[in-house]
Amino acid sequence: MSDHELSRRDFIKVTTGIVGGLIGAVIGLPAIYYLIDPALREGGKDAWIPIGKLENMEIGKPYPFSFTRVMVNGWERTASSFGGYALRKSEDPNDILILSSRCTHLACTVNWNEEADAYLCPCHDAKFSREGEVLDGPPPRALDRYTEFRLTEDGSLEIFFSENKKTG
Amino acid sequence: MWKKIYEWLDERLGLNAMYTNLLDRPEPRGNWWNTLGSASLFLFVLQGLTGIFLTVYYTPSPDHAYDSITYIMEGVAFGWLIRGIHHWGATLMVVVVFIHMLRVFVTASFKYPRELTWLIGIGLFLTTLGMGFTGYLLPWNQRAFWATTVGTQIAGTAPLVGEFILKALRGGPDLSALTLQRFFSGHIWMLPAALAGLIGVHLYLIIRHGESYYPNKED
Ligand code: HEM
Ligand code: FES
Repeated sequence: MSDHELSRRDFIKVTTGIVGGLIGAVIGLPAIYYLIDPALREGGKDAWIPIGKLENMEIGKPYPFSFTRVMVNGWERTASSFGGYALRKSEDPNDILILSSRCTHLACTVNWNEEADAYLCPCHDAKFSREGEVLDGPPPRALDRYTEFRLTEDGSLEIFFSENKKTG
Repeated sequence: MWKKIYEWLDERLGLNAMYTNLLDRPEPRGNWWNTLGSASLFLFVLQGLTGIFLTVYYTPSPDHAYDSITYIMEGVAFGWLIRGIHHWGATLMVVVVFIHMLRVFVTASFKYPRELTWLIGIGLFLTTLGMGFTGYLLPWNQRAFWATTVGTQIAGTAPLVGEFILKALRGGPDLSALTLQRFFSGHIWMLPAALAGLIGVHLYLIIRHGESYYPNKED
């Protein structure tokens, strides 16, 4: 047999290698994609959420609101509740401070307390001012704010909620 | 450079000797029927790999098993491929293992000195069937649920120990979360471990005895 000719043995070896490599690629590459798929996904959805009519919000008095969002993680749906307070500071419909009621310490829900003139957290006695600043207790920072909001034509106030940013 | 590394490794691991003994061993003249054992081995490895990948998303709980499989099929990239291979591979493996067994029987290869290879083969066949039986329940759909109800019921008709077997298989008198969980455990840990061990001995025996010659007219 001359050097150029492929022996039966080598032929088998090469074919086995090629076929094996093909099978490996056809199954292996999709398998990698399958594995990292959740990491390639854009997280949750963004939405405008109505929190109440502007006319019902008394100027200078925190107006409580709450809403639930259903998050889908694979085959599981979790409903999470969110809430906060909208505070109109003047007649100007854009002069509104919207705070999340989620305590910045360990995520309990704070409540507006008229007498204390503060938001109180039932869990570890934190106290936040009407502006959301920490007055007392363990929280590391002020209450989160919903900074993006808009008024619809029929006068209801909507906040922009992003599941990615996890505000609230 | 690669040659040097290879030689260094070979000196310690005996790669060349391994190659000659495992892959370059003399074989009698055979035909395609002789490849079915290797085909079974390939399918076992394939089932193992795709199975491992399925556990990344599958959840063995009555609440989520069905939804997690729907998610694999519709939500995950190439989920349909991974599950498809595992699904059809399972049926194919039972068929291939069975034909392999038939060929060993037809060519009378189970005779001395290969009786043990044959006995272990029976263990392999039964374990493979067990894999099919336990795997079938995992989607937790109607078909799976009733197939397992019937299957375990049949096992329960055995005299004396029947009821005990039925309860042991189901993890109680009825199909429940316990049944799903123990079938899952059997399907991904116990039976594959048993298969791997048996395959190891099976292959050792094949290499030790070499493959049988086909009987000729004088036999
Ligand atoms: C998971 C299943 C199995 C695997 C991976 C497997 C693997 C193998 C392999 C690679 C061979 C080499 C020769 C050939 O392919 O024909 C072989 C031979 C053999 N198998 Fe299996 N086998 C399995 C199931 C069985 C079953 C169910 C039986 C019978 C009950 C069996 C009995 C034998 C015997 C007796 C031989 C020797 C045949 C000879 O020397 O000609 N095997 N097996
Ligand atoms: S969670 Fe609010 S004070 Fe700890």
